[in-house]
Amino acid sequence: MTTRLPRTIPWMTIAFALALFIPIFGTRFYTSVATDVLILGLFATSLNLLLGTTGLVSFGHAAYFAIGAYVCAIAMKTFEVPFLLALPLAGLAAGAAALVFGYFCVRLTKIYFAMLTLAFAQIVWAICFKWNDVTGGEQGFNNVPYPDLAWMEVLPGLSRMRVGELYFYVTLVVVCLCLYVMRRITNSPFGRILTTIRENPERAEFVGIDVRRFELAAFVIAGLFAGLAGALFGIFNRGVFPDFGYWAKSAEVLIMVILGGMGQFFGPLVGAFTLVVLNQQITSYTEYWPLVLGLLLIVLLYAFPAGLLGTIADLVKSLRGRRNA
Amino acid sequence: MLEISGLRKSFDGFVATSDVSLSVARGEIAAVIGPNGAGKSTLFNLITGHIRPDVGTVHLEGRDITGAAPHAICRMGMGRSFQRANIFPKLSVFENVQAALIAHRRAATDLWSASRDIFRAETHQLLASLGLGPQAEVTGGTLSYGNQKQLELGIALAGEPKILLLDEPTAGMSSVETAETIGLLQRIASERELTLLFTEHDMDVVFAIAHKIAVLHQGRIIAVGRPDEVRADPEVRRVYLGEQHA
Repeated sequence: MTTRLPRTIPWMTIAFALALFIPIFGTRFYTSVATDVLILGLFATSLNLLLGTTGLVSFGHAAYFAIGAYVCAIAMKTFEVPFLLALPLAGLAAGAAALVFGYFCVRLTKIYFAMLTLAFAQIVWAICFKWNDVTGGEQGFNNVPYPDLAWMEVLPGLSRMRVGELYFYVTLVVVCLCLYVMRRITNSPFGRILTTIRENPERAEFVGIDVRRFELAAFVIAGLFAGLAGALFGIFNRGVFPDFGYWAKSAEVLIMVILGGMGQFFGPLVGAFTLVVLNQQITSYTEYWPLVLGLLLIVLLYAFPAGLLGTIADLVKSLRGRRNA
Repeated sequence: MLEISGLRKSFDGFVATSDVSLSVARGEIAAVIGPNGAGKSTLFNLITGHIRPDVGTVHLEGRDITGAAPHAICRMGMGRSFQRANIFPKLSVFENVQAALIAHRRAATDLWSASRDIFRAETHQLLASLGLGPQAEVTGGTLSYGNQKQLELGIALAGEPKILLLDEPTAGMSSVETAETIGLLQRIASERELTLLFTEHDMDVVFAIAHKIAVLHQGRIIAVGRPDEVRADPEVRRVYLGEQHA
């Protein structure tokens, strides 16, 4: 072997540092888009723990996003629970729901598993839609308060910032912490076992793995992080609506994961970024955004099945290989 | 070590195995042979918990394991390879064996350490003993078929089994690979004091390494004994060996 290049450029730290400047140099619009991307990136990454790592296709991941969003919003507005408590509560509630629904889902495989996740998600949507007294029903749960962020103005550079910009920093820190934890989990021995289940469940069973139990654990972890993303999004959006749990939302997050590349840890984040930005840009030119999205997906699936980041990673790998040869 | 008694399984009226009893002693190398459709794979699936028997029991070291889940049976010390090489195709050779070690050493519930760093020495040692050392970083699914079967053996051995069930360990191999595999199996069985139970089509392999042979025909065991006894058995000659040595 030749002298190794420093393989790990601290991309995460660099990206984090750059992101800190977005509210300072960017407009309110950019800050808002960045917050959106971060939250949906977290949501998509949580789905990829199932899709890319464990090989489970969920058509109902939005259910846990919606549960997190409603629990956090209701706790903060109706019960005046502080954000620092409401956020973990939202994650735990979504995780608990994933434990109950997942218990049944992992008993099925493949398309039956996917259909059952969809069925549970539609139940969650229907409850949010009809339970007027608690969720606000069809009208949604509006005027979700921002957390009290006045204390942040003491921090250097953050005085005089609007609450929306301060909330961007809160989102940035929470999302980065969550991504860090999920990355540790993905690279842990537990994560390795999840990949063996993706690769060959029969063999995994006969190295002594209780496949269903590990699938359920992955399902709960993914649900928990989706719930945290939902909680952040409800506040950012100033309101929570039944559509958060609708199947279209589940499809959207699935598209983000595939667009960015499910074989890469940061693929879903790239997918979320691409989808949000494209949506913003294209809807300002034409009302046919779904048409453009459809065409884009067709090209992607044929030309770059590994997704955007996956294709780049493969390219870098082959360039490196050529240089070493 | 392994005690099978009165196993019976039928699928929609078709009797796959009927009243199969067999015992394998510690350290013994036993083979189950029989024509296609004799019920060999069904018998293995009954032993390893992939199928529940209708009647009969399986005991491993005196413990009743009838109807237990495959992962539980694996944990009690049974290893298995499948008829078609059954590995984790997109993981590297190293990761294939390492994952089996993670499962066996109960590290699978560790959500925080870096998996890259654990059981490195053990994994490399096991790969070296199988002759797969140089291919550690190769993607498992790109190996030759023979090497994939060796890798599967490595996955099974990582579980430090007391008894190893091999479903046609040399199926699909070239004659060179077959010879290598026989040597490897004999060496590993004696080094690790393993009990082996295997099925095989290749009679040369069977008579080269088995201490004991059971002949399965239409779901029933028609003869059990030392290789020379089985070879001389008139019924075996008629239904099975006769077909080839006529």
